[in-house]
Amino acid sequence: MMLMKRLTDLEYLKLNKFQAFLYKLKLFFCAIPAWFVSLGKGIVNFFVKCGLGIKNEFVDIITTFTKGNWAVKLSFLIFGFGNIYYGQFLRGILFLIFEVVFIGYMLVPSGGIYWIKKCNFFQTGQTVGTVQGGFQYDPIYDTDVWVSGDDSVKVLLYALLSVIFIIAFIYTWRLQVKQCRICMNITASGKKVKSGKDDMKSLLDDQFHKTLLSLPVTGILVFTVLPIIYMVLIAFTSYDAKHDGYSNLFSWVGLEHFNELFNFGKGGVGLAFGEILSWTLMWSFFATFTNYFLGMFVAIMINKKGIKFKKLWRTVLVLTIAIPQFVSLLYVSKLFNSSGIIGRLLIEWEWLPESLLATKRSLWDDPVTAKILLVIINIWIGIPHMMLMATGILMNIPDDLYESSKIDGAKVWQQYTKITLPYMLFVTGPYLLTSFVNNLNNFNVIYLLTNGNPLNTEIGTAGGVSVGSTDLLITWLHRMTLGSADTQYYMASVVGIMVFLVVAILSLVVYNVIPSTKNEEDYK
Amino acid sequence: MNKTDNKIKKSGLGAKTSRRLGNAVVYIILCIMTVVWLFPFFGIVLESFKTETKMQTAYLIPKEFGFDHYVKLFKETDFLRWFINTAIMGIATAAFQTIFILMMSYTLSRLRFKGRKLLMNFMLILGMFPGFLTMILIYKVFSDLGLTLNMAPLGLIIVYCASSAMGYYISKGFFDTIPKSLDEAARVDGATRFQVFYKVIMPLSKPIVIYTILMGFMAPWGDFMLSSYLIHENSQGMSVAVGMYEWLSKTNMNTHYTMFCAAGVIVAIPVTTIFLLLQRYYVEGVTGGAVKG
Repeated sequence: MMLMKRLTDLEYLKLNKFQAFLYKLKLFFCAIPAWFVSLGKGIVNFFVKCGLGIKNEFVDIITTFTKGNWAVKLSFLIFGFGNIYYGQFLRGILFLIFEVVFIGYMLVPSGGIYWIKKCNFFQTGQTVGTVQGGFQYDPIYDTDVWVSGDDSVKVLLYALLSVIFIIAFIYTWRLQVKQCRICMNITASGKKVKSGKDDMKSLLDDQFHKTLLSLPVTGILVFTVLPIIYMVLIAFTSYDAKHDGYSNLFSWVGLEHFNELFNFGKGGVGLAFGEILSWTLMWSFFATFTNYFLGMFVAIMINKKGIKFKKLWRTVLVLTIAIPQFVSLLYVSKLFNSSGIIGRLLIEWEWLPESLLATKRSLWDDPVTAKILLVIINIWIGIPHMMLMATGILMNIPDDLYESSKIDGAKVWQQYTKITLPYMLFVTGPYLLTSFVNNLNNFNVIYLLTNGNPLNTEIGTAGGVSVGSTDLLITWLHRMTLGSADTQYYMASVVGIMVFLVVAILSLVVYNVIPSTKNEEDYK
Repeated sequence: MNKTDNKIKKSGLGAKTSRRLGNAVVYIILCIMTVVWLFPFFGIVLESFKTETKMQTAYLIPKEFGFDHYVKLFKETDFLRWFINTAIMGIATAAFQTIFILMMSYTLSRLRFKGRKLLMNFMLILGMFPGFLTMILIYKVFSDLGLTLNMAPLGLIIVYCASSAMGYYISKGFFDTIPKSLDEAARVDGATRFQVFYKVIMPLSKPIVIYTILMGFMAPWGDFMLSSYLIHENSQGMSVAVGMYEWLSKTNMNTHYTMFCAAGVIVAIPVTTIFLLLQRYYVEGVTGGAVKG
């Protein structure tokens, strides 16, 4: 798809600087539709691939059944039967145990099916769990006592686990059917199948990746994937401080909370979300680029020829990385308090905006000054990282580039814009992206310095949660989940999903634009 | 203008003076930066010695020097308990996290298997979720299992370590730089993959192992976000970060401010010393791995 005529190299070189810039800009914007088209194509391709894959699986299963002998056919019902029949006792027995455990778990009175039924998955208006706990008269104690019913949190968790178990069951079934067929083919061709001993040995050799990955991947599945799926499910329920699942069951509400996001009225979540999102993006932009350029600048200064004590300067700066942030940031935040040393001096010297001076408050009490101060203190904490990185990269730039440019009469500034900066930008492209994303989620700096305060008085509360004017999305989430009586887990989930979308879209776009991820070999 | 500039540069003397001038400016900037960078640290040390007050004052240098706050810290508060908790968390996290990350990064860098790309993309996408929302569920489950409050350090160790393999990027970048021919030579000599890992790659990986250990050890000292979920109320399982944060809350600030400074100094000394001793490895990790992303 070409919307614009591409110029040849010769034509391009004829343009003056401004025209060349316009040309590049046009190219960039003209590429956007094409980019979306290719994204669309990619998505369609993905689904087509998935469809084909599933179709192939079914065809394979059917041919396995029709062509297989009685042992293979039986293993469609009894897990691992084929493996045992062909002499793979270890695998066969493991499969069999899995099947027995699965069927047992599903059918026992309070097993899988029981929980899934109780959970009423996605039925809007239904509660998660069926028995509501409550106070009932107890003749023994002659008073009302709490009789516990279902705990929605647990019901949802067990139901989710059961669903995952079912998926694992189907996968294992498919796996062992496939293995049966392979065994059959191997035996038919006159070779011996792998024994259990061989299996164990290969775990340290050609299957070594399974051994190494088992532990870390299990950790990730249990402590990240499962909680995240759970969190996503919470977004469709009414789980909050009042409906905590134990004293009050929570229920499925469908997309109601997502609609809240588009409520831009007073007290609506949409307004607050928009406000916080825009400050989050702004913060991330300033925090990333101030650190990037100032850090680079400091690195260049320290690297300059003739500067002594290079190691000392670096060590001084690195101190802010070495000292735990909650010590340094909390202390610094208190320095600027109205009772802190710097805060008092500012009041004394009247170096404050008048609105603050009149009531003798600190820079933290005004949204605008608080934001500026945040960025400045973030420079203090953030420059050293960039300085260290830039130092390493600057040393990689060959010296003769600078020397030959000097002979050609280039000035320091020209050297910087024509040699240093392009090289740095090229090499650190991915780093810029990751640090932008890290700043989006920079909990420590915001929470320890301002805790999201001062509160945003214009918006007040959104959906019952107060909104701070320096809150990032991530600290707002913290407020929602750990704040106080108005804890709103469901809204936290919704916002969490939105954060994911923002980060994902941003990364996708940036990765498609920056050069260093695409043509790494091209440079030089 | 340009012409005169060039003239100055061409004459040897002028170049020298202009460079000297440039260096002087750089020295001045660096000195100012040093003052700004060190000011808070000197401040916190000085304030911790103020014996005459417990709150923020308008001056920095104590009127009476003394170790009162340090003594109080160990006599009247549970600070020692918190410190030990955090130290234990640091050591345990360093150990397990290193094992997990090395396993993951080595596998992704050295071994080729089906689903490798899929796994990497999966972890990349997973990392885009705000990780601490997982604490909603983990807190619930852990409080049922008794892994919060008094037992919070154990719970936190599990939280820090379990998914730590997702941070494999930097050490994978390191492994990628070790030439593959080493592996192949060992394989030809009949070594299994396990032996290649254990006898060939590990001895070469000292810098990245130390880097990973250092990062693991530092994590619990600086973490506030995750620990604030599992630790609250005044429990035996408190960590320094959460405990000391309480001291600076509005209600405690006027009675605990100088105590906070003293505690801050005590926390900072060991952590900073270890960090500065191993600084070289940190720099290697940051510059080597981060760029490759």
